[in-house]
Amino acid sequence: MADQALLENDEPLLIADGLSKSYGKIAACRDVSFALYPGEVLAIVGESGSGKSTLLQLLSSQLAASGGRVSYRMRDGITRDLATLGEAERRFLFRTDWGFVHQDPAQGLRMAVSAGANVGERLMAVGWNHYGRIRDTASDWLTRVEIDTARIDDAPKTYSGGMRQRLQIARNLVTEPRLVFMDEPTGGLDVSVQARLLDLLRSLVAELHLAVVIVTHDLAVARLLSHRVMVMKGGRVIETGLTDQVLDDPREPYTQLLVSSILPP
Amino acid sequence: MTAMIDIADAQKTFTMHLQGGIELPVVRGVTFHVNPGECVVLSGPSGAGKSSILKMIFGNYRCDGGRVGIRHRGTLVDLATAEPRQVLNIRRSTIGYVSQFLRAVPRVATVDVVAEPLIANGVERAEAQKRAGELLHRLNIPERLWQLPPATFSGGEQQRVNIARGFISDLPILLLDEPTASLDAANRAVVVELIAEKKRQGVAMVAIVHDDEIRRLIADRIVDVTSFAAAA
Repeated sequence: MADQALLENDEPLLIADGLSKSYGKIAACRDVSFALYPGEVLAIVGESGSGKSTLLQLLSSQLAASGGRVSYRMRDGITRDLATLGEAERRFLFRTDWGFVHQDPAQGLRMAVSAGANVGERLMAVGWNHYGRIRDTASDWLTRVEIDTARIDDAPKTYSGGMRQRLQIARNLVTEPRLVFMDEPTGGLDVSVQARLLDLLRSLVAELHLAVVIVTHDLAVARLLSHRVMVMKGGRVIETGLTDQVLDDPREPYTQLLVSSILPP
Repeated sequence: MTAMIDIADAQKTFTMHLQGGIELPVVRGVTFHVNPGECVVLSGPSGAGKSSILKMIFGNYRCDGGRVGIRHRGTLVDLATAEPRQVLNIRRSTIGYVSQFLRAVPRVATVDVVAEPLIANGVERAEAQKRAGELLHRLNIPERLWQLPPATFSGGEQQRVNIARGFISDLPILLLDEPTASLDAANRAVVVELIAEKKRQGVAMVAIVHDDEIRRLIADRIVDVTSFAAAA
């Protein structure tokens, strides 16, 4: 179902080239290469310890690679090696052109300040200073993620898990990023709340033409949201391809095991 | 005439690693072509590999050998070796697939489920919804259901929503996997009519149908899948 977003734009947004990370003798991530295009959703699947979260941190410059590199096409159209960016440039990228949705909303939100401030803060960080406009935009985003605007002055610590996650998404998307990293965004939620969040993510991603790298162990999430999937095991990418191809016609023993382990609904 | 689909010597084997690596040959030497405005029906008993061939043409199953040539924007592209991005582009603008079952998305209204492929191709929402309504109307889905998600509909209703979604686009290739299986006579007749219209528009179709009467009505040619049997 996630096949509508790809425009034929032939320059990659994000390129991983031979990315590796080791901790002493342990290789958490080995020789990962791929290119992500604007509007493309890539799911990284695999069990705990497969290296998928490490890979996400490498891609988003939160962790320095032991080998290989990550390049990103900046808004000026020039593709740059992220390791060569200064700290200020990297931070600016993180506040504007990128989003990062954590599994635990408490990691991506400030729990004690109001929802409006949580969203508005991202805008102020990119230079917005008109209070009324910031509040209107925040309120508009709360509506888009289906949060009652009457709750705009409440802090997320008073929100339910599903609302917190939707608020975290609003906070990330308000600056209109082109690339969003997501780490198990539906992980801590119960099933009915998950379905609603997935549906919301699906439409926002298509509408805003977002490129997304999403880490999930839930193949149903990968099927619903992603165009392409990479299966990881022991720090390596063992199978990659179109999502429905990999899930309907898995080739590798481990992928077959993953697919066959899903309980029928 | 230039074929829209040109398959040569395609083959498919499943290797079941969880069952001790047992090899399950499905088809081999699959060779046929489909011209614009033509409906080719795949025939053969259940398990002969008809659906697998359809899935290979859609790029859902990977090919282990041979070529699956698809005419995409005037050029023949081999789907068996195409990049994922290219396969997605081909699906958006060239190949439509009407599966047996609707994969319903929670919370999306029926009329939007049907309109979605048009919107994805840049048609205005209002126009897409109007055309979706016309098709739903023809397929006898009452208007009071259009704003509801199809998840709770009956099997036949869901299939008709699925058919509407498959037939709404102006794609030059359409793959039909038992499009009339759970429909009553009146709705089967509508589907036959829709297929005839697609032929007049020059759409190339590959279909699987078990009903002899329907097959007689829609088939321009029949390809016997048992000739591609892979079992030695």
